[in-house]
Amino acid sequence: MQALQSGASGPATGHVPFLLSPHLKRLQDESIFIFREVAAELRKPVLLYSTGKDSSVLLHLAMKAFHPARLPFPILHIDTTWKFREMIAFRDETARRLGLELIVHTNGEGLRRGVNPFDYGSSYYTQVMKTEALKQALAERGYDAAFGGARRDEERSRAKERIFSFRSAAQEWDPKKQRPELWNLYNGRIREGESIRVFPLSNWTELDIWQYILAENIPVVPLYFAKPQPIVERDGQLIVVHDRRMRLAPGEEPTMRMVRFRSLGCYPLTGAIESTAGTLSAVIAEMLGFRTSERMGRLIDRDEEASMERKKREGYF
Amino acid sequence: MADTATAATTAPAANVLGLSGKADLLRFLTCGSVDDGKSTLIGRLLYETRALFEDQLAALERDSRKYGTAGEHIDFALLLDGLEAEREQGITIDVSYRYFATDRRRFIVADTPGHQQYTRNMATGASTADLAVLLVDARKGVVNQTRRHSFIVSLLGIRHVVLVVNKMDLVGFDQAQFAAIRDSYAGFATGLGFESLVAIPASARFGDNVTRPSDNTPWYEGPTLLDHLETVRIETDPAGEPFRMPVQWVNRPHFDFRGYAGTIASGRVRQGDRISVLPAGKNSAVARIVTREGELAEARVGDAVTLVLTEEIDVSRGDVIAAAAVPAPVADQFAAHLVWMSETPLFPGRSYLIKAGTRTVAGSVTAIKHRINVDTHEHLAAKELHLNDVGVVNLSLSSPIAFEPYTKSRSLGSFIIIDRLSNETAGAGTIDFALRRGTNLTWQHLDIDRAARAALNGQKPAILWFTGLSGAGKSTIANLVERKLFAIGRHTYVLDGDNVRHGLNRDLGFTEADRVENIRRVAEVAKLFADAGLIVIASFISPYREDRAMARSGLEKGLFLEVFVDTPIEECQRRDPKGLYAKVAAGKISNFTGIDAPYEPPENPEIRLPTVGSTADALAEEVIAELRRRGVLG
Repeated sequence: MQALQSGASGPATGHVPFLLSPHLKRLQDESIFIFREVAAELRKPVLLYSTGKDSSVLLHLAMKAFHPARLPFPILHIDTTWKFREMIAFRDETARRLGLELIVHTNGEGLRRGVNPFDYGSSYYTQVMKTEALKQALAERGYDAAFGGARRDEERSRAKERIFSFRSAAQEWDPKKQRPELWNLYNGRIREGESIRVFPLSNWTELDIWQYILAENIPVVPLYFAKPQPIVERDGQLIVVHDRRMRLAPGEEPTMRMVRFRSLGCYPLTGAIESTAGTLSAVIAEMLGFRTSERMGRLIDRDEEASMERKKREGYF
Repeated sequence: MADTATAATTAPAANVLGLSGKADLLRFLTCGSVDDGKSTLIGRLLYETRALFEDQLAALERDSRKYGTAGEHIDFALLLDGLEAEREQGITIDVSYRYFATDRRRFIVADTPGHQQYTRNMATGASTADLAVLLVDARKGVVNQTRRHSFIVSLLGIRHVVLVVNKMDLVGFDQAQFAAIRDSYAGFATGLGFESLVAIPASARFGDNVTRPSDNTPWYEGPTLLDHLETVRIETDPAGEPFRMPVQWVNRPHFDFRGYAGTIASGRVRQGDRISVLPAGKNSAVARIVTREGELAEARVGDAVTLVLTEEIDVSRGDVIAAAAVPAPVADQFAAHLVWMSETPLFPGRSYLIKAGTRTVAGSVTAIKHRINVDTHEHLAAKELHLNDVGVVNLSLSSPIAFEPYTKSRSLGSFIIIDRLSNETAGAGTIDFALRRGTNLTWQHLDIDRAARAALNGQKPAILWFTGLSGAGKSTIANLVERKLFAIGRHTYVLDGDNVRHGLNRDLGFTEADRVENIRRVAEVAKLFADAGLIVIASFISPYREDRAMARSGLEKGLFLEVFVDTPIEECQRRDPKGLYAKVAAGKISNFTGIDAPYEPPENPEIRLPTVGSTADALAEEVIAELRRRGVLG
């Protein structure tokens, strides 16, 4: 095993990185610190890898934290079987490129029962194929720490969550029993069966993520860039008709539109936005003009009042 | 790679994207009571810097109709109350973090509740903040809460304060009223150590002097709040600070590479610099500063790096690598300020885990010097500290650490206290200075030593420390071992858990603090008896590894033998020789080891005695045999 990296496995050659602004540098170094604390204090961490932009940044920071060593933990992808093909291809390519141990988990029971986003509704589907799947994977393999790419600016219950977020043996979050978190003194002490969800990107904003991706030349799934896609419009959301499993309502006719994604999830539940932004800088320029938040495109967040908090309590990331 | 995103990167107009700029980060804290308009102020800052999106605003309008208290208006407080319980009850429970940016700076706002748990939450928010925005109501001026918040802000080392005199619209933008409040606060704040203090007359509700200068205050020539936040100078890297880096993680991918990963806490380091590894004090030099982007010639405060040293010396997590010429002080006894954050009070003497920098050690508060009334700053006598109390204490650690006073270094002068049972973060503290009591008490040298006494006795002394659950068989086996030793003419003494509580430890109960003290005294007595040349047999549940390690510490190798009487809890419950498990089951005893209090089994005991399927006599023989193997018995 050769752990020291050559230039080829590091950031792409030929790219002249921008000097990070002091603010991005500070966020980067804070995240690296968090990764190292977990590796040092917890027995068996795992990085939850969704293939999205935040996961890309998360992974990039993890590589920095442990260089020249390999990642001292595997990455875990919860595959609902309803992800975009591009996400799966990107996942496999990333694992190969960085030489990572990739674990893919699907809720087999849910799959056998045919739980899908059409017949069961987004709320139940998410509970079974994402939340339950994640809890199964973490429990079966005995991980005591799981890194996630959630950011506090995404949603108001997340704004109150700790960087080291304690989970009971049932993997539940109790917002009223959070440990005070002062300075950079994270408390990773747990008992058998309990675990910590760790959010190294807590203090990053959506704009920070994109600017960092640009500055560090980090590869992301091409779905973030505009291209023509077959679209149907539902409840004001633009849904890509990604494969034959997509159910069309009577009279519903897909039309080709120039779209991209701000946020990626399961394709029937993720709204695209109309855009012509085909490059990172165009994406960022477009972002600066946005007046809605990125979770606007996530149907699962709007199911009910406080839906994110409820899902989080149950074990969702 | 052709279809991944970076391939599409073209040279962007970096300045437009804020990349080439020097945009830095300011973390600040807002404090004020609910009625001071704090949430409105933050809401306005977010809205006017376009950090509040339309869908969030729509949700806010929905919530305002459902839970709001602002009538027809948007209730910005609901924006910050992220938890369901908070919205329903109209209270803020927890610290909330918000983000906004301008072309000049990025901001992280820690918003802390005005009433509930204010000390604990404010301390949390303040610990990472560079500046505090204190709100007062122009009609009321400086009130008790203002003083309270200022004290905590000062305690946590914030040096920059903005006093926003809000609701100026309700006093007709009266200059004299503003000036009176400003001067009264400035008078109060002397002595709190603030470097900059700026007062701004404002109306958060209408936006006056928040992000744009107000026509209503022609007499005010200072900056708007946002102006000030964008431009206030925060010294993050004072020149001449000595280099310090707590080691987080030893990076050892293969035999040719050994690096020490950490974030630089102060100063700078260059290739070739001489360094000292603390607390041991071994010296080496920096061979390389490694990052994934390549090696650096120099790294500075805040940088997350990996250092490779020229000479192989022993360095582990928790050590501090420091400039060899100016090493950090090392101590194990401190005077400190402490904020208590747990529902369970702090008792002096109780053993906790103390995390300071990247090191976690056992420790306890040996004395509460006083509690501080945060409203009056009065010093009050206290035997314990309760939730949200602030006190000045003496702290004693089981091993020395490298540190700096908190006023000099936030990262090397702060610590948290972790409860060993619940693992909760029970308190947070700041180091004032080291106590040097230990060095004032010198050890009286005696001519007759342990070896001499042992020689006269014709035996080698030893401490056999029996640990295990209640009912495991410790006392039974210990008693048999003593009889066997006595039979072959050895001088012995048994220290038994129940027996010492009738005399030496009669004053101790069964609280955690008392259990810790119980073991401490027994360990000291065992050491004295071993010093006197005896073979000491101590038989105590002693559930915590740390406490057994404490009993072992300071003894020469081979003198202390940990004997783990290994009986499964089910078997102990079945035997139940003293009927204790039955009482636990009946709810008559709580905090019982193995049931609702933890037992930490030894990781590497010298002797392990699995009792199931064996007799007490056979096990006692095993101990004797082991003593022969180890040369304790000739």
